[in-house]
Amino acid sequence: MKEITVDALVIGGGAAGMAAAVELTQLGCDAILIEREDRTGGVLNQCIHNGFGLHVFKEELTGPEYADRYKHQICDNRIKVHPDQFVLKVDPDKREVITVGVEGVTCYKPKALVMTTGARERPFSNLRIPGTRPAGIYTAGVAQKFVNLQNYLPGKNAYVLGSGDIGLIMARRLTLEGMNVLGVAELMPHSGGLARNIAQCLNDYNIPLELSTSVVEVHGKERLESITLMKFTPDTLQPIDGTQREVVCDTLILSVGLLPQNELIEDFVQVDPVNKGVMVDSHQRTSHPWIFAAGNNVAVYDLVDFVTLEGIQAGKAAARMIQEGFTDCGQIPIVRGNNVGALTPLFCCLDEAPFKFYIRPTKNMDKGRVKIGPGVIQKVEMGLKPSEMVDIQITAEHKEKIKEMGLTQILVEIEEV
Amino acid sequence: MEKRKITCISCPLGCEIEAEIDGDEIKITGNRCPRGKEYVINEIKDPKRVVTSNVKVTDGEYPLASVKTTGAIPKDKIFLLVEKLREVELQAPVTIGQVVFHNLFDTGFDVVVTRPVEKR
Repeated sequence: MKEITVDALVIGGGAAGMAAAVELTQLGCDAILIEREDRTGGVLNQCIHNGFGLHVFKEELTGPEYADRYKHQICDNRIKVHPDQFVLKVDPDKREVITVGVEGVTCYKPKALVMTTGARERPFSNLRIPGTRPAGIYTAGVAQKFVNLQNYLPGKNAYVLGSGDIGLIMARRLTLEGMNVLGVAELMPHSGGLARNIAQCLNDYNIPLELSTSVVEVHGKERLESITLMKFTPDTLQPIDGTQREVVCDTLILSVGLLPQNELIEDFVQVDPVNKGVMVDSHQRTSHPWIFAAGNNVAVYDLVDFVTLEGIQAGKAAARMIQEGFTDCGQIPIVRGNNVGALTPLFCCLDEAPFKFYIRPTKNMDKGRVKIGPGVIQKVEMGLKPSEMVDIQITAEHKEKIKEMGLTQILVEIEEV
Repeated sequence: MEKRKITCISCPLGCEIEAEIDGDEIKITGNRCPRGKEYVINEIKDPKRVVTSNVKVTDGEYPLASVKTTGAIPKDKIFLLVEKLREVELQAPVTIGQVVFHNLFDTGFDVVVTRPVEKR
């Protein structure tokens, strides 16, 4: 078995991993970036639509263009990328990472490990929808890979379950590629995707969005032949008898959420029981002092720009640990209050370094007051919705206030006003 | 007088903008920035979209290269563009920014490649 000793090992070559590796290298650390696919970029490579990069590059880019910018930085900084590596094991005691690739098994011995493994799509089997198990049922990301990378069309007549952004974007993409997209069903009474995507992906192409509706059965022997839709009560999410409707289609596209991917470390680092993301402090440190995490494996972000920024933070913190050793800067736990879903970080360090809270509201609110503290920050936000994260900057002054008030935990809540 | 509610697509905020249309006069409320105003006026007079899609590539590491219009083109030309793109076949290697169509439909915008594709 080949052994490689390195300052920092970054697992996952998507937006967070590329940013972390570049940051580490620029701060003088030796970093290796390992990737399961044959190239870096992650899901950006197949997201050919635009709208990426407004925060990081101050311009609107497509996914492949955004990835390419970082690929250049990786080249310019001469960062070692090890593609086609599948991680078998992260050993927390020996501080080793075992991978298998074309040239065999490798044991990496890093001083710091940055986990940027992203998220996976919730699969069909996870939805427990009764019926047969025919071909023609794909997650939106798989369909996206077919259409944008491999030049395959998944079928002729498609129905989309779930109104997440990828589902909406795929409804448009499949329409432009000549498929007939019959509609999008969403179990919740509100869309899971951004309002702009409802407008430009569905309304532009007259694709109906059916809220409080879900697929309750799939039919077909070899290939999907039809699905049964049913209406649900908006508050208790119970199926309403007599609302069953059969839709003939050969393709069902699923856009029903993303799950942070943490199988490699979830047995020994603290994982958020609510969102299944790795719990990190405001320096992206996990509960293991040599393991850092950033990106969709921590919390599923709306914007790749946020993922990049968190990757940079993780790179900075890992470099500091490598160069100065572990610094204890006091950690105050952060607690979810009312109307708060995804939330990161979950510990606040009391040094002077600023950081951002990313907060996902659990319901639509015309007006809401985001409260951090109590008594540290109060900020009124308009048009809060679960599909849009709120980001709140915490400065050195805020931290000073937290120390003065002697808070032992920080409550994050959104009050409807 | 006509009233319309338009979701601005300029950024992820997606403002719900109300427009009161009275002949040539358009009164706008609900936008959080000047881009919203511009978008709604365009949306009423001449709706436009940036279009992204793919074109075929021969001898490439991928069979496709992604492309975009360099600016928003009239909405009613989207399907025409998609038809035109089906006819295109680029030879690898393909580079980012490589022009596929110059001055598309006389809009002043081009269709350019957004993904580099190396030779296989």
